[in-house]
Amino acid sequence: MINTIVFILLISGIILSALRVMKGPTIFDRVLGLDVINLIIIGLITLLAMIYKNELYIDIVIVYSILAFIETIVFARILEVQK
Amino acid sequence: MNYIGNILIIIGSFFYFVGALGLYRMPDFFNRAQAGTKATTLGTFSLLLGVGLINLVWLPKLLIVIVFVAITNPVGSSVLARSAYRNNVEKCEKTQFDQMEGLYEKEDLNGK
Repeated sequence: MINTIVFILLISGIILSALRVMKGPTIFDRVLGLDVINLIIIGLITLLAMIYKNELYIDIVIVYSILAFIETIVFARILEVQK
Repeated sequence: MNYIGNILIIIGSFFYFVGALGLYRMPDFFNRAQAGTKATTLGTFSLLLGVGLINLVWLPKLLIVIVFVAITNPVGSSVLARSAYRNNVEKCEKTQFDQMEGLYEKEDLNGK
């Protein structure tokens, strides 16, 4: 019951962010939408770890959060430097 | 402990949803950055802490992730917002004042 509510909320959040990624007037909106999708996926993988009772997913969450940060920083730097 | 964990998980998923809704509904880029980043950071804290309270063995690793997200997520949003400001992303019509006006030289700004 609780899991159903939580998954519905998280997946509708991913859908709203993906709509912003498709719509977004500037490229910065798209990068921001990808950032929010990455954060929601961090929470989703943690929930999967709780449901499957497997500790391996937590290590995946650690690596995924580092990669999400690097992705945002690299996009921002590239877009700032280009003329 | 199980009860508190379930309540924290529901609060966290609610804040995730509110953050994504704000990302979809807000009028310009800077409002979207503020809504998306703040709400989803709080959602991450709450959901990961809830899972950690249900399975107490995982709590140290999840605390590492929480501290990492707390440090890096505002930094990423700030860098992205500054990059957007230097590229002259248009502001909302209701913007009252702009504290960064004149901080960058005219030839420093890209675009326009």
